[in-house]
Amino acid sequence: MTLNRRQILMLLPAAAVAWEYVLAGTPEEASNYKSSEHWWGMLLDITKCIGCGSCVRACQMENDVPDGYFRTWVERYHVSDWKIENPVVDSPNGGKDGFPQSELKGGKNFFVPKLCNHCVDSPCTQVCPVGATFHTADGVVLIDYNYCLGCRYCIQACPYGCRFFHPTRHTAEKCTLCYHRISKGLTTACCENCPTGARQLADLKNPKDPIHEYLKTHAVQVLKPHLATGAKMFYNGLDGSVR
Amino acid sequence: MSKYKDSAHLIRLAGVFLFGAVVFVAVRAAVIPKSFGQYGPYRGDALREIMARPVAYAGHEVCEGCHPDVAETKAKGVHAHVNCEACHGPQAKHAEDPGTVKPVLPDVAKLCVRCHSENIAKPNGFPQVNVKEHADGQACNTCHQPHSPAFVAGGKK
Repeated sequence: MTLNRRQILMLLPAAAVAWEYVLAGTPEEASNYKSSEHWWGMLLDITKCIGCGSCVRACQMENDVPDGYFRTWVERYHVSDWKIENPVVDSPNGGKDGFPQSELKGGKNFFVPKLCNHCVDSPCTQVCPVGATFHTADGVVLIDYNYCLGCRYCIQACPYGCRFFHPTRHTAEKCTLCYHRISKGLTTACCENCPTGARQLADLKNPKDPIHEYLKTHAVQVLKPHLATGAKMFYNGLDGSVR
Repeated sequence: MSKYKDSAHLIRLAGVFLFGAVVFVAVRAAVIPKSFGQYGPYRGDALREIMARPVAYAGHEVCEGCHPDVAETKAKGVHAHVNCEACHGPQAKHAEDPGTVKPVLPDVAKLCVRCHSENIAKPNGFPQVNVKEHADGQACNTCHQPHSPAFVAGGKK
């Protein structure tokens, strides 16, 4: 095959267009929110939680969480005397409607609000076969719902049980730490609506955030620290019986 | 000096490789979303799709902008740290269009009980009541102003 001058001249613009398409990318920046300037976590104060379920209701309203599924929920623990390895845990409807008075008398009783721990080394991200789960630069674990196949590996991998399978969208689903809110300078829906201040969003990269002083002066723990997931949900007053 | 006679073979081979490379680059460009890798090994658009979600709870700062009187009452009482929408529900739509979207007043009989009904698991010192014994069927706001709920003898102010 030989190309004459005319054919080459006709092909050049086509090649130029193709090359332009290859190089195109880098869409315009989203907003003035800079994810590299933040590192999100949350403080959960068990000594303040009253189990009212405001956080659960707020989360469901804010994020259209289907009924019977939870991005955040509240558990009630009952530990009788020394048996801290066998606590009785209940969470009727995720604590959404509050808790009825306990029938188990005595012992130690308290509420534990739970949500995605937004782990630094999250098991759910590691197991995703299509890379649909990812870490943002500000330390939030999110799901690309277009990429998610719905294979449910991540749901099994999460040691905290924080993921669920969305019944109509047929993808994995989890807490986004209200990314649409925190990227606008608001706090999360659960933190906004906690009446006792038991939940507080924390920006660990912000030196003025009260979290730093709090972490220095309180005995704070994360859930399942032995799994080394790098959980960023810090619990004050966490009892050894909490799983 | 012997000249390599079949150089045309190599050119043909090079042509095949070049064609393959062009096809690879073109297919790759067509298949991978443009925003992939913008922030990290994921679709940048996925982040923007999540960020684009509308806000349901406006936040107490927005409420206080238009209702400073309530904010002032609340700041003095024991409910100072309870944010507006914890009781009044999501009001972002009301904040955007206060004229047409009117919030519904919460039902006191359900609202107060959620937090203040007796429960053994609630922290010590948190005010709790046995609802039946305490109110005897009366609505909570007969005696307590919810924005600053100290006991008001003879009814709310």
